[in-house]
Amino acid sequence: MVNDVQNVPGSPGAQPGAPILTMRGIVKHFPGAKALDGVDLEVLPGEVHCLLGQNGAGKSTLIKVLAGAHRPDSGTITWRGEPFEVTTPVAALRAGIATMYQELDVVDGLTVTENVDLGHELASAGFTQRRAARARTAELLARLGHAEIPPGREVGRLSAAGKQVVSMARALSHDARLIVMDEPSAVLDSEEVANLFRVVRDLTAAGVAVVYISHRLDEIREVGDRITVLKDGRTVATGLAVDKTPTADLIRLMTGRTVEHAFPERPGVPAGADRRLVVADLSLRGVFEDVSLTVRSGEVVGLAGLVGSGRSEILETIYGARRATSGSVEVAGRRLRAGSVSAAVGAGIGLAPEERKSQGLLLDEPVYRNITLSTFGRFARGPMLDEQAERTAAREQITALDLRPHDPDRTARTLSGGNQQKAMLARWLVHGCDVLLLDEPTRGVDVGARAEIYGLVRALADRGAAVVVVSSEIEEVLGLSDEVLVISEGRVVHRCPAEQIDEHGVLDLVMEGSAA
Amino acid sequence: MSEQTPPTLATAGSVPPDPDRPTPVDRGGAPGTAVGPTQPPPSGLRRFLHGAAGRNIGLVIALVLVCVVGFATAGERFASVDNLMTILRFAAVIGVLSIGMTFVITGGGIDLSVGSVLGLASVWASTLATQTMAGDIHWIVMVGTALAVGTVCGLVNGVLIAYGRVVAFIATLAMMVGARGLAEMIANRQTQLVTVDPFLDFFRADLLGISVLVWIFAAVAVAGWVLLNRTTFGRRTLAVGGNPEAARLAGIKVKRHTMYLYAIAGLTAGIAAVMMLARTTAGSSTHGQYYELDAIAAVVVGGTLLAGGRGTIVGTVFGVLIFATLANVFTQNNLSISAQAVARGVIIVAAVLLQQRLAARHRST
Ligand SMILES: Nc1ncnc2c1ncn2[C@@H]1O[C@H](COP(=O)(O)OP(=O)(O)OP(=O)(O)O)[C@@H](O)[C@H]1O
Ligand SMILES: [Mg+2]
Repeated sequence: MVNDVQNVPGSPGAQPGAPILTMRGIVKHFPGAKALDGVDLEVLPGEVHCLLGQNGAGKSTLIKVLAGAHRPDSGTITWRGEPFEVTTPVAALRAGIATMYQELDVVDGLTVTENVDLGHELASAGFTQRRAARARTAELLARLGHAEIPPGREVGRLSAAGKQVVSMARALSHDARLIVMDEPSAVLDSEEVANLFRVVRDLTAAGVAVVYISHRLDEIREVGDRITVLKDGRTVATGLAVDKTPTADLIRLMTGRTVEHAFPERPGVPAGADRRLVVADLSLRGVFEDVSLTVRSGEVVGLAGLVGSGRSEILETIYGARRATSGSVEVAGRRLRAGSVSAAVGAGIGLAPEERKSQGLLLDEPVYRNITLSTFGRFARGPMLDEQAERTAAREQITALDLRPHDPDRTARTLSGGNQQKAMLARWLVHGCDVLLLDEPTRGVDVGARAEIYGLVRALADRGAAVVVVSSEIEEVLGLSDEVLVISEGRVVHRCPAEQIDEHGVLDLVMEGSAA
Repeated sequence: MSEQTPPTLATAGSVPPDPDRPTPVDRGGAPGTAVGPTQPPPSGLRRFLHGAAGRNIGLVIALVLVCVVGFATAGERFASVDNLMTILRFAAVIGVLSIGMTFVITGGGIDLSVGSVLGLASVWASTLATQTMAGDIHWIVMVGTALAVGTVCGLVNGVLIAYGRVVAFIATLAMMVGARGLAEMIANRQTQLVTVDPFLDFFRADLLGISVLVWIFAAVAVAGWVLLNRTTFGRRTLAVGGNPEAARLAGIKVKRHTMYLYAIAGLTAGIAAVMMLARTTAGSSTHGQYYELDAIAAVVVGGTLLAGGRGTIVGTVFGVLIFATLANVFTQNNLSISAQAVARGVIIVAAVLLQQRLAARHRST
């Protein structure tokens, strides 16, 4: 596949003018939704082409068309100078187009190697060559800076970031000419993102083109060459040079308006505020130890640290989803039963989990039922559901968060990734929590909605809630929180008011912590 | 025994000759569960096809086709009121079991033990001791015994599965074998005739020209429909079956709920045992053999996802009726029991294949 065909003579990139991929007038309708309504995309060999657009703009749908996962209703695709009809995912892979999907698509029950090789196992005479396959996987993982992941490990036991790495390794294993990455950085921390970018640069230096989707504009500045912007299923700008387009322009193109990408004011916690959540010496054997934190009413506490440092596990343990090996959690002075989610929910704690698909959503149920999953009992009259009241409450949040489409009866599966995230958040907004634990609250959420979510979190705190935020974006943790705890390898290595530390400070602490 | 003892009723027939069975009609909508439209379909016809009618249209067609075949091959013998009542009476017992099974499967589980539990409950409720007591006090004692035996067996399943973390398939397989064995021990492999006449008088009577057994089935189906579609219990069932981790993190007590689901299945097995006692006028350790498979087949053909998260009581009722009618058509045409058994195997495979196709379709979107 790697050998060049006649129309791309010489070394790749020798003809910077000739696109490797051209998509024209792509239309894809779903029942009840126009996902794509005439999209154009042109990608040059050896470039990083960024695809920008709000949640639900059609980015994932477009790349699924390219990957052969969806058949377009109309439109043409030209691949390396020739008309190309992608009929199946295998056809796309054969042609040299590899895709990392937005939603992790690894198989939990298989090993890392089996996942990487899925569909193109090394085999001779029908027998898989396990040793060779393992060696090759180990090599790919090392290239991604993750030599520590054992190729024989079952993928279900890896963290979300680990799974993302496996998904990347799989895309790399195909010797592709074009690699599509749909929000790969959403689960990764800054260190991992740096690794990813190194790999991306290696790839482009070898003439491979990369289509990169992300809602983080700073990443696009760092790694991108050109930008195509989608809005409501149409291309609104194409071929913008990254270094010549101001951020404000991009945001206006995406959203049709100007958005203040600022964090909300921190009014400061009043002196007399009660201690809403008190966590004392909480430990989970082998994962984290002696974590203590106090969140007062009206306060936002952020946990910063690398993926795998135990941040998500701390939240889940506070919530009772994991049973602490020692320590205690108190809400408003009352100690919670360890390892009981219903006790936590009863005490007014809410958790928006990291993995929305596996931990959060009922994909085949309508949006409103997802939003009211923790509250439908409250709307009910006795044992009888009141679905009208549920819809009304859901609709309010849908409007408040601008969850699109504005339809409470839409099946959750058909929402774009960012909109699914909003549904998760809406669940706890309807619930109305005294203590809100947010794990990656803006994962996959677009710029506009992001600002809205920040505002909402702050508004909740101002109304007296205690909030704990975990995010892989250090900037987000610092911007949103009053106090920051830096976590490294399961320990709190530093705590201070958020204004007193910056991104570098946090990273240095994390490095020291893991070196110690 | 005054009534013909059914070989195995509702023992499915050949593959139903309809091309588009239960759910393929609508992609987004949950059959029988969604109350409103799950997507806003553009035209009136589309809306209709996405709605309740569309969800079950395949099943209606299948049922009509089976009836047409019955009429064509057996004529008046098939299309008589008497025969209709016979079909319904047969359908009633499996039907009640299938309603309980719908809950378990929708909640992401499976219960292989309902047939055996039915047998055990029928035996326990017709022992000399129980019947003597029932004779002295009231026939309700027999009913209470059967329901209690069924519910306790279901609870044991539920506790093992939810709290003991035994895989549902294995736990209920063990119950299936164990309950059957216990029934044989109690009955000493004898058929225990029911001698409490008021019991028989009550359950073998007709109400408005329709057998009490059929009324019981109807009542259980309606109660099941309300429970699944209109109550918080039903919503929890969908959540637990659709994504147990999400349900747990939303504060739903997943384990306790799972236990309740198996208790419901056990309870329906107890009700079915009472009906069986009435219909055959005897308790026997062989009652209910293979009924679990008939129930599962009816539930799955009706459109409930084997993987959990989607369930339809209406579909289940159709599934039961289709199988019962088919069995009747076969009997009318003197097809051998062995041939019926082969046909039942085929239909179960067909149902599972259909399920897999639906599931695959889901994953690909
Ligand atoms: N299978 C489907 N059925 C119906 N509608 C769908 C389906 N898949 C996507 N859509 C709709 O198509 C539109 C585009 O979705 P898409 O996932 O491409 O957005 P996106 O740009 O990737 O957004 P995000 O940034 O949130 O990931 C959305 O309105 C979505 O609801
Ligand atoms: Mg997307």
